[in-house]
Amino acid sequence: MLLDLLSGLVTSIAIFLLTLVFALPLGLVISLGRMSKRGFLNIPTKIFISIMRGTPLMLQIMVVYFGPYYIFKIPLSSNYRFIAVIIAFSINYAAYFAEIYRAGIESIPIGQYEAAHVLGYTKCQTFFKIIMPQVIKRIIPPVTNEVITLVKDTSLSSTISVLEMFTIARQLSSAQTSMMPLIAAGIFYYVFNFIVAYLMEQLEKALNYYR
Amino acid sequence: MNVLTIEHLSKSFGSLSVLKDISLKVSKGEIVAVIGPSGSGKSTLLRCATMLETMDTGSLSYCGEYVCQHDASLNKSVYASQQKLRDLRRMFGLVFQNFNLFPHYTVLKNITDAPICVQKRDKQAVIEEARNLLREIGLADKENAYPYQLSGGQQQRVSIARALINKPEMVFFDEPTSALDPELTNEILKTIRKLASLRITMMIVTHEIEFARNVADRVIFMAGGVIVEEGKPDDVILHPQNPRTQTFLANLKK
Ligand SMILES: Nc1ncnc2c1ncn2[C@@H]1O[C@H](COP(=O)(O)OP(=O)(O)O)[C@@H](O)[C@H]1O
Ligand SMILES: [Mg+2]
Repeated sequence: MLLDLLSGLVTSIAIFLLTLVFALPLGLVISLGRMSKRGFLNIPTKIFISIMRGTPLMLQIMVVYFGPYYIFKIPLSSNYRFIAVIIAFSINYAAYFAEIYRAGIESIPIGQYEAAHVLGYTKCQTFFKIIMPQVIKRIIPPVTNEVITLVKDTSLSSTISVLEMFTIARQLSSAQTSMMPLIAAGIFYYVFNFIVAYLMEQLEKALNYYR
Repeated sequence: MNVLTIEHLSKSFGSLSVLKDISLKVSKGEIVAVIGPSGSGKSTLLRCATMLETMDTGSLSYCGEYVCQHDASLNKSVYASQQKLRDLRRMFGLVFQNFNLFPHYTVLKNITDAPICVQKRDKQAVIEEARNLLREIGLADKENAYPYQLSGGQQQRVSIARALINKPEMVFFDEPTSALDPELTNEILKTIRKLASLRITMMIVTHEIEFARNVADRVIFMAGGVIVEEGKPDDVILHPQNPRTQTFLANLKK
């Protein structure tokens, strides 16, 4: 049983990591669009964020998974399940991250931009050297919240039967008519999150060298 | 030679006309103090001169090189190319009221990062110069401190060093002591006096009237977006001719 759960855990971790890899940069791009003064950038991104935050992630997973078949009659291959989950999680979390970035970026005083401008930094240098490091420090607490939620949300992949830890735990539990697999899975999720929270705390401490 | 030349500068925010046909020259080594009531356009003038705001009409040049030139047919200022503006930015430094140091950089990096990464100057030489500046302003032992570890007065001195590191032709100060506790004001004024004794060209917006009178070669009184009166410090401050200047100075004494 534990081996089965652990193989599921590997899939859960893969979903978790791949989602972060895609959602963290995508969120930045979306937040820049959202803050743009150009309507053709900020209106679509605003609508996108609103939909992603306003509808259930479970439903989004199903739309991404079944959409190609129902809408375009593209036959579903079995390995598309995993890809669909990654796509759905990435765009959903990107929307949340985008709003966190936006709040972080808008909290940086205008004087930082002005000082950089007078010193001759280009827009790009200003953003990556002066603004972003300060933003990252400020957004670690809300990002930590999202990341911890993501660990638990990976279980939503069971909606389309991706063989991650929760799907497997549920199968084992009904096959053995036992609570144990579910409890074991719960412990694994908890440990997973404990480690994630610890790592984020270390990151926060590492950035505590200035205020 | 004139370091700064401003001709017929006008600037509006929407329908609010903030600067009205300002013309102004600052010659090399001259120290100009700008005084005037709040909202009279002093900061906007400095921000136009330092390219933080774009002017609507008029011309601006440093040492004869144009930042922007008035185009009569378009009736507006036309700015030079981005590349040219980047080069011209080295001509001046600006010291803000709120310091605006970069909190994630050490004192030394605050001063040296732009010269090294933007102006691509030699790293060792820049660090050497920065250390000399820090010694001059009495912060030699603070090069590895972060801004939050410094008092307001120390932060402002670092920001003065940051403005000086590229040896600009001219330094602007926008109320450099207004964000400081009164007992810290003096250390900044002392630092500026030191620069004055080195004949560094400066334009200083300040409410410290006595300081302006002592340190400046010329005092400009602004009100309502125009230069109401200018001249020798003793003339403008002790014997103002214009009623608006008289009222302003009388109110300060209260
Ligand atoms: N970015 C801006 N947008 C709109 N109005 C502004 C802006 N900056 C300054 N103003 C207005 O311009 C006028 C002059 O402001 P400022 O140059 O800051 O005056 P001072 O520095 O002499 O106190 C004020 O009425 C101020 O409200
Ligand atoms: Mg002002």
